[in-house]
Amino acid sequence: MQSTREKLRLGVNGKTYTIEADPDTPLLYVLRNQLGLYGPKYGCGLGQCGSCMVLIGGQAVMSCTLSVKAAEGKDIRTLSGLAGDDGTLHPVQQAFIDEQAAQCGYCTNGMIIAAVSLLKQNPQPNDEETRLAFQNNLCRCGTQSRVLKATRRAAEKT
Amino acid sequence: MQPIHRRQFLITTGYLSIGFTLFGCSPSTEEASAGSEGDFTLESPAGPLPGPSQIDAWLQVLEDGTVRVLTGKMELGQGLTVAIQQVAGEELNTSPGRVSVVLADTGRTPDEGITAGSRSMETSAMNVRRAAAAARERLLEMAAEAWGVEQNSLFLEEGHVKLRAKQEQLSFADLLKGRQLSAGIPKDISLKPKDQYQWVGRPVPHPDMEKMVRGEALYIQDMRLPEMAHARIVRPPVYGARLEGWDKAVEQMPGVLKIVENGSFLGVIAEEEYQAIKAQEALQQRSQWGAGPELPEVTSWPDYMLAQGGAGQKPVKEGENTHHAVYSKPYVMHGSIGPSCAVAAFQDGRLHIWSHTQGVYPLRATISSMTGLAEEDIRITGVRGSGCYGHNGADDVGADAALLAMAFPGRPVRLQWQRQDEHLWEPYGSAMRMELSARLGPDGKIEQWAYDLWTDSHVNRPFGDAGKLIAARYLADPFPFDKTESGIRGGARNSEPYYKIPDAKVKSHYVEGPLRVSALRSLGAYANVFAIESFMDELAEKAGRDALDFRIQHLDDERAVEVIRELKELTKDVPVASGEGMGYGFARYKNTASYCAVAAKVQVNLEEKVLRPIKMWAVIDAGEAINTDGLKNQTEGGMIQAASWTLMEEVRFNQREIASKDWRSYDIIRFDTAPETEVVVVNRPEQPVLGAGEAAQGPSAAGIANAVYAACGKRVRELPVKKGLFG
Repeated sequence: MQSTREKLRLGVNGKTYTIEADPDTPLLYVLRNQLGLYGPKYGCGLGQCGSCMVLIGGQAVMSCTLSVKAAEGKDIRTLSGLAGDDGTLHPVQQAFIDEQAAQCGYCTNGMIIAAVSLLKQNPQPNDEETRLAFQNNLCRCGTQSRVLKATRRAAEKT
Repeated sequence: MQPIHRRQFLITTGYLSIGFTLFGCSPSTEEASAGSEGDFTLESPAGPLPGPSQIDAWLQVLEDGTVRVLTGKMELGQGLTVAIQQVAGEELNTSPGRVSVVLADTGRTPDEGITAGSRSMETSAMNVRRAAAAARERLLEMAAEAWGVEQNSLFLEEGHVKLRAKQEQLSFADLLKGRQLSAGIPKDISLKPKDQYQWVGRPVPHPDMEKMVRGEALYIQDMRLPEMAHARIVRPPVYGARLEGWDKAVEQMPGVLKIVENGSFLGVIAEEEYQAIKAQEALQQRSQWGAGPELPEVTSWPDYMLAQGGAGQKPVKEGENTHHAVYSKPYVMHGSIGPSCAVAAFQDGRLHIWSHTQGVYPLRATISSMTGLAEEDIRITGVRGSGCYGHNGADDVGADAALLAMAFPGRPVRLQWQRQDEHLWEPYGSAMRMELSARLGPDGKIEQWAYDLWTDSHVNRPFGDAGKLIAARYLADPFPFDKTESGIRGGARNSEPYYKIPDAKVKSHYVEGPLRVSALRSLGAYANVFAIESFMDELAEKAGRDALDFRIQHLDDERAVEVIRELKELTKDVPVASGEGMGYGFARYKNTASYCAVAAKVQVNLEEKVLRPIKMWAVIDAGEAINTDGLKNQTEGGMIQAASWTLMEEVRFNQREIASKDWRSYDIIRFDTAPETEVVVVNRPEQPVLGAGEAAQGPSAAGIANAVYAACGKRVRELPVKKGLFG
């Protein structure tokens, strides 16, 4: 069986990377295993749980079902790319710390990405709009009420 | 292969400016390169570990003057790390931030069994507290000697011993000069007076939170070692099916390094993770398996459990003042968001496994029995994983990784289960049947009570018996799994009513159910409390009493009464509109741990099939609260998780297979349904610490069922509630 590897250029967190991969490889594995970006997590590989989310053009996207080929040339931002160059946290990241809005933290990546995406499009969302924005994000520890509080806190600050 | 050292790891990974933080503290690159934390070697540490009665078994002073605490427990998302930092820091008058925590490791930490049963605060945190207190006393003695002064002229502050009168100070590290405190921990060691606490009993933030929001490598799933290969396993399509053959062409797929076949255990090791996944998918399609035993057709859990487990005791004799009801719950999953994962390396007869197991020592004994390796040739290092909630796939994936690494020596092998592996093969929480009957006396109080429960086991953990591991049962030379040996263990938890009833009889019945089961958060307590607390509401109605007053009438424990009174006060002004209802539940977890009373407000619309828990409240008394916010977080999460189980969860299966294989076929609560939460902590610093992580599950289930009844008049006794309401 032949390997079909291609050279691809990826724009991630403001940098351009040239990587070599099977173009069908889900973006998630390239981010984690080739670029060492551990924010996005494998949760289901089926686009059902949200733990793999990244921002593409500011929109929250599941990186476990998006091929690296389809992500070529796009503006990709991961969780670790949200903080400023000097390490200053994004207001949503800070709000999650302030509210201690996690337990195990495995889903936190997707929660923060979904919140950033929401607040960019709708800086002052109501409760229903906020809940809808997280509809594809699962949390098993039961921190949903804290995630909602953290999002409200971040919205108040921006 | 060269031994894998951290130094090499850091160099190899290059752009990873920080190495994977395996040991709970974050050494800088410089420190790590200098070898201070360089312990990715497969060699066992030199010499035996200090005994658990010695200070240095639990606590070490590092060169930079900070303190390292070694716990035999694991961080499961329950907040263990910060609580340990708080208790150690408190005794040493040193900020929790200057205390690092090493999680369970057979090569480094004491053996504290498994991290379960809400016992980490009661056991490990208290061991660490005593060790830190002993360390304080010893440091004061040493400084007094060094300066030739009385001990009472000295005090500890931020990693230093200081002289009250003068500016002089010595850091812990300078005092010890590279030695550790190997003195024994006196049995009667005096602890810091609680009225002087600075950190314990406060909402100290979790140290890992910042790493989480920054997306740093923190979990076993993020661990990368040099030369590491990626693996996936191919499970049988159904329980008990045997492998008959597979297409050898898969060996030629890109990146495939080895296909490991041992009886019906089948796995693939590849250079890259996605190559391993593609080979796994190919093997799933191109392997042949025999049929497994048929699963039973179950249409009603109460009927099935009764038929399998036999008749219960005679119910209370029927009469005008009696009540009788049957409740049930189906199989429920742990459903960690991150599928189980392990890294294993085998070299020169030694095996090292990095695992998110709840018990490194018990798993080591079990892997030893499965592989034939001596325990001293196996090291298991605990690394935090995704949320745990009980005995999930962590031990099984560790065993899988061990088998793969032993078949592929010389390189570390990382195995992460796919979503389907986790959903289909994790040990579920058992289905249960609960039958209750009671009689009210002329004073409206319960005078007779009969309770029967039917369940499979709630503990099938690997404590040395290899048959408890999935992989071991499918080897060419398989280990048998003896289900009956374990009985209903943990299933009877909270089956004895905490209420004072003159004549109460409780009986349990073992059922060997069709699906794999083990410990799920709170074990039998969830369903037992659901049944008892639903029944208490039904009895209160019969007695014409307020549901909470009726409970208080049957309690003689002031602390139990207080959490119920507080909850009543907290929720007395909550507006309840038409179509809404309030419901309550109470339990003292295990009848010996935390007191927890829960209220739920739900909205029900039977025509539109809408059921939403709008808000849930809890009042919890966990004795001395170490971290008040951690306790709130656990209780909030407990309520939301229990709401999910109660409203909607059920492992589905037919005679051929388990049908709940992903988040579509086994969905859990989402944001459109998750309730708001509010928790009040009754802190009792003068009381012993009580386990709290599992206290909210049972009361939440009953609170919701009781609220649904209040909202629409329909009493749901068979879980999940949505199925009972809407079919």
